[in-house]
Amino acid sequence: MSETVIQVEGLGKRYRVGERERYLALRDVLTRVFTSPLRRNRRPVDFLWALRNINFNISRGEIVGLIGRNGAGKSTLLKILARITHPTEGSADLEGRVGSLLEVGTGFHPELTGRENVYLSGAILGMRKREIARKFDEIVSFAEVERFLDTPLKHYSSGMQMRLAFAVAAHLEPEILLVDEVLAVGDLQFQKKCLGKMGDVAKTGRTIVFVSHQMTQIRRLCEHVFWLDGGQIRRGGRTGELIAAYETEMMSGSAKSQGDNFEIFIGWELGSSGNILKDGLREVTFYFTVNPPEPIRRGYFGFHIHNDASVLVASWGFDGLNMEPGVQQIRVTLPQLPLRPGTYSILTSLFNGGNNLTGKMLEIWNGIPFLAVDTLPLCHPEDAWAGILNLPAQLDCAGFKESITVQQIAGPIRGSRTD
Amino acid sequence: MNEVIAKIDSSPLAAPPVIRITPPNRWWALPFRELWEYRELIYFFVWRDIKIRYKQTAIGAAWAVLQPFMTMLIFSLFFGKLAHIPSLGLPYPIFYYSALLPWMYFSSALQNSTSSIVENQRLVTKVYFPRLSLPFSSVLSGLVDFAISFLMFMVLVIYYRIPPTPAIFLVPFFLLLAVLTALGVGLWLSALNAIYRDVRYVVPFLVQFWMFASPVAYPSSLVPAKWRWLYGLNPMAGVIEGFRWSLTGHGTPPGRIMIVSCTMVLVLLFSGAAYFQKMESTVADVV
Repeated sequence: MSETVIQVEGLGKRYRVGERERYLALRDVLTRVFTSPLRRNRRPVDFLWALRNINFNISRGEIVGLIGRNGAGKSTLLKILARITHPTEGSADLEGRVGSLLEVGTGFHPELTGRENVYLSGAILGMRKREIARKFDEIVSFAEVERFLDTPLKHYSSGMQMRLAFAVAAHLEPEILLVDEVLAVGDLQFQKKCLGKMGDVAKTGRTIVFVSHQMTQIRRLCEHVFWLDGGQIRRGGRTGELIAAYETEMMSGSAKSQGDNFEIFIGWELGSSGNILKDGLREVTFYFTVNPPEPIRRGYFGFHIHNDASVLVASWGFDGLNMEPGVQQIRVTLPQLPLRPGTYSILTSLFNGGNNLTGKMLEIWNGIPFLAVDTLPLCHPEDAWAGILNLPAQLDCAGFKESITVQQIAGPIRGSRTD
Repeated sequence: MNEVIAKIDSSPLAAPPVIRITPPNRWWALPFRELWEYRELIYFFVWRDIKIRYKQTAIGAAWAVLQPFMTMLIFSLFFGKLAHIPSLGLPYPIFYYSALLPWMYFSSALQNSTSSIVENQRLVTKVYFPRLSLPFSSVLSGLVDFAISFLMFMVLVIYYRIPPTPAIFLVPFFLLLAVLTALGVGLWLSALNAIYRDVRYVVPFLVQFWMFASPVAYPSSLVPAKWRWLYGLNPMAGVIEGFRWSLTGHGTPPGRIMIVSCTMVLVLLFSGAAYFQKMESTVADVV
């Protein structure tokens, strides 16, 4: 089952940084031009480890996301796995054909026609000529450019070029596919189509390593995530939790509570499961730790949940609060919170002597950490990505015998992973 | 259960290739096998080069004939009619065209392969393939122009009634030598050019200089005998002499000069490939 196809051990990549020595005079320039190709000894330069001590294994059929801020080493890691650049130390073993998609339209030539570019780009990405010929019609109809096949690429709109480029890449069938940030192009409709195609590819047992800054894409595609930070793997684990932790940290620099600097809100959790919501159909209790600086009489507590598109998903307000100063808990219990998987931000507020319109604002707090909803899809696995609410449903019609239960669907898809 | 899996795994057909990525340390190991595996890609590179070479030109592939033909006319006029350079008893057009055939191929192959890495830098930084296939395919794609201009030579031969001799069967050998020379030097220059962009300004000068160091405009018999071996260090000297001799039957078959030339080609080829490999390990970071 868990056959390892990518094994990385102690991988590191060092780059030289800093400016090269300045040219001093024309004489030096000339001597350099003619002698430097033969000379190796340079002035010592600074080194930067873009990656250091990277270890991980990836099993067959896994879709793994690499996340991290710019410069964390995601792309470098991908480039090493794709054999575009060499590591400075360590090793990586990849079992099977490796295809890489680090750019859309690799190898396209503007003077060649669409048809010719399909062949050229396909060959460059590692497809055999016969393979391209076999998939040609499929590629063309995926890209929706049938009418312009014999037009030079330079007359294509940029959207058409993009579609054609992705169509070629999407039909690659290597055992291991490395993808960097390429889904960020094209219109939303086409992005969805591409994402769907990638998901299909993964279902056939291929292994995908995927880099993106768009957490929705990572969340939708990947089961596992490695979080890179400063050239090292900081954490690895299930997508939902890790993205929430990552986004929490990304936010924490900018997210300050506003108010009179009371810092009333200290933290929140969902009891034992921390910030991760695993079952949205059961009772959920939010525990907020607060430390009011003054007695609160007829106060107001507000609680809002936003999704990652900053859409207000739900909000509650509670009037007539009476609290004494000191550290204590506010518990908010909801009978259920049927949200689609994803990362949600929490916003709370506390007012004294009235509600949010009449009272005195003590603090508005961007809750840290984020809420990670890591629920299972309830009916069709694709449902997890549509809409905001994750609600069970049952279908009845003539000729439809089995009624699908939650467990039946959830079991083989995500429930099989018990880590 | 485990046995079944083991059986499936041990079948040689099912065993997928394992790619091991480590720091570069075997730069002297030349990846000829890998190059062979990527032969289709080389084919596509050659095909692309040919397809786009004469796009948007008014006379297209006729350039492949026009360039050596015009050069031949100029040489015949200035070196032949005015300077009276000895021509081994051949009509000047034949004398010059038979040398310009390999020379024109060589100079364009050299220039194309020099820029091959830099011109494909977007590819080099975005997808893996044996980098050797770039200079390799630019050397090969020049052969199409060679074939076209060779047709013109046939016309000239018929016009001047130069009967072919059995030596004509050696033409492929000399052509191969020209290809390998261009490849050997091209490997050096493309690798150097990837790191030091100065190279691209040096190459046109180099090509011009090299032409006068080769028996294109004059027969090698003009070179004093005691320096002839040194002359052979330029492999194109042997190639051009060989072309002239095998195409027309005039002149002397290149003998000892050939041994020096062949040795030199091998040295260029292996040193070039080794240097290229060494550069390859860092090229994606510096291009």
